Amino acid sequence: MTLRTSRSARTGQYLALLAYLVFLAFPFLWLISTAFKPPRELGSLHPTWIPENPTLDNFRQAFDEQPLLEAALNSLTAALSAALIAVVIATPMAYVMARHRNKLSAAATGWVVVSQAFPFVLVIIPLFLILKNLHLINSLAGLIMVYVVWSLPFALWMLVGYVRAVPHELEEAAAVDGASRLRTLVSVTAPLLAPGIVATALFAFITAWNEFFFALVLLKTPSMQTLPVVLTHFLGAEGVADLGPLAAAAFLATLPSLVVFVLIQKRITGGMMAGAVKA
Amino acid sequence: MRIARLTKLAAAATALASLLLTGCSDGGGDRDTDGKVTLRFQSLAWQKESVDANKELVDEWNAAHPDVRVEYVQGSWDSVHDQLLTSFEGGEAPDIIHDASDDLADFAYGGYLADLSELLPARLKNDIPRRSWRTTTFGKGVYGVPFLQEPRVLIANEKILRASGVRIPTPEKPWTWPEFRRITKELSAGDGKRFGVAWPLKDPVSATLNLGLSAGGQLFHRDADGKVRVRFTEGDAVVPRTIHDQVDADRSASAATLGMGGSDTLPGFFGGKYAMVPLGFSYRQQIVQQAPEDFEWKVLPAPAGAGGPAQGVSPQTLSVAEDSPYKKEAVEFIDFFLQPDNMARLAKGDWMLPTGAAALKDPGLRAEKDGWATGTALAEHLVPAPAQSVRGYPEWKDKVATPAYQEFYSGAIDVEELEKRLVEDGNLVLARYQR
Repeated sequence: MTLRTSRSARTGQYLALLAYLVFLAFPFLWLISTAFKPPRELGSLHPTWIPENPTLDNFRQAFDEQPLLEAALNSLTAALSAALIAVVIATPMAYVMARHRNKLSAAATGWVVVSQAFPFVLVIIPLFLILKNLHLINSLAGLIMVYVVWSLPFALWMLVGYVRAVPHELEEAAAVDGASRLRTLVSVTAPLLAPGIVATALFAFITAWNEFFFALVLLKTPSMQTLPVVLTHFLGAEGVADLGPLAAAAFLATLPSLVVFVLIQKRITGGMMAGAVKA
Repeated sequence: MRIARLTKLAAAATALASLLLTGCSDGGGDRDTDGKVTLRFQSLAWQKESVDANKELVDEWNAAHPDVRVEYVQGSWDSVHDQLLTSFEGGEAPDIIHDASDDLADFAYGGYLADLSELLPARLKNDIPRRSWRTTTFGKGVYGVPFLQEPRVLIANEKILRASGVRIPTPEKPWTWPEFRRITKELSAGDGKRFGVAWPLKDPVSATLNLGLSAGGQLFHRDADGKVRVRFTEGDAVVPRTIHDQVDADRSASAATLGMGGSDTLPGFFGGKYAMVPLGFSYRQQIVQQAPEDFEWKVLPAPAGAGGPAQGVSPQTLSVAEDSPYKKEAVEFIDFFLQPDNMARLAKGDWMLPTGAAALKDPGLRAEKDGWATGTALAEHLVPAPAQSVRGYPEWKDKVATPAYQEFYSGAIDVEELEKRLVEDGNLVLARYQR
């Protein structure tokens, strides 16, 4: 009886999970469907999931009308650089905050949490003025700097969790064996932290890859614009959109972050759970 | 050994970061280069024909004016206000700014836009009618050149219209509002299978106010003390009451489309669910692209009342940033860009109407095909949207008018409550801006 109840409960859980997955996947699947539909099917009163006359015209039009490849390269440069720099800065900081727990590290952790609460619109004008004084407006370097600063708090929080998950005892054992502090860090701690560092870097990459508002405001030269900004060029006034090409371009823009996320999802989950483990 | 490798790695990372911070910097801008001027022109054109027309005109200018080069920058309607505000605050705004007249008031009063009244050539001043200039005049200054506009029209399923035998309205003799209500009842096929009209009222305020001018509505009145106050007259009630009665009493208008944007109603329109849809004139492009091949459609003028076929519009504009060191050159470019032939090209690219009298004479804009002639005939009746220069209007619209109209159209409140909210609550909002 218990077994039967358990099975039916399990079936219910799986059904609920399936419904949730369908709910989550619906927009993306609809995006794919739209990307392959000709204009007349987009205006149909009874739209179909599978396009009746699938076409690649939307992709052709998207590439003809907007510099998607150039924009993708800009996005890639900004996202990769931001991820790399964020990890280089966050890793030693996270180590110190995790291993030397004092009032300062507690204050730093608090500041990290608080900094997540600032909305874009609050910081954009001061940030713009600072970057202008540094002559970093309209440059990918300025944008990269902003992305690093923007992703740093969460990256730090993730990495602190990973560092805390590395047992103290391993470092102590290395010290007993005569290893110096640096040797311990390089030979013992760093290899154990590697998955966390990769997950953090990829998180920073996805954040920067998808970011829109900073890129819109900070970059002016068309050849420097990133993919999310270029996508808005398919939108007109009052919410009117060139739906087919927009869906095609959005589908292509989603692919890299989707692939990256699929590759790292286990590590990201691990990183977050590591943050929940008491050191 | 390993530590040495780590040191090298750190050095390489630092070098890479330095490289990125220096090497990616553009260093470009609006500066003189070898004595030449570079103007940045931010355009919001987004449809292919329109973008092509914009770029071609910029290329033509650059070919003819090697000393004053114009750089084309693509902006987006979606976020233009925030983006411009940040650029103005940071002193990095484009020299020539494409926007809409209802977005200019704050920028003009804020000192971000140049007063063009002394810079504009007589040709341009005389070509564009006074009523259009009023859309970009704030106080004593002119802060933009209005160049493209669109009336709201009725786009009708021609087969349904023909089969019903109703009188087909023309720009000279449009339907009256009571006639329109009666006809939408006739065009409805009961039991909700077909509605005479589908009102896409995602943004109910501008649609109601702009069409309300035709019934003598004005809503915003400037009193002797110079202050603007809201008053709800009989004329202001005509359009809201018609829509309300179509939705809630006659069932000749779909309640489901009240929260929709214009594009969302098109599938139902193509599928014969709605006989007519009131839309902006430029929506014709989507209809041409998306309608089934055998679908017959017709552009009709919006209903008219005591005010004739008058309608409020907020034209697209070209402005010059106050911070631009090259205002004279920027206005010269605008003058070239808006030569009659060029203005007509831009209008066709955007499926809109030019404001210029000379451009309106273009034969392509007077063709019957795709309803161009109907729109062009309405051009002389387009006047500034009633509230666009009223300070505090955006807050009145968002906090007071939008929820009030939405509730009224859905039948949640009556016209007395609508009036109370628009006037009493509305005047409290406006008063804060006029102390």
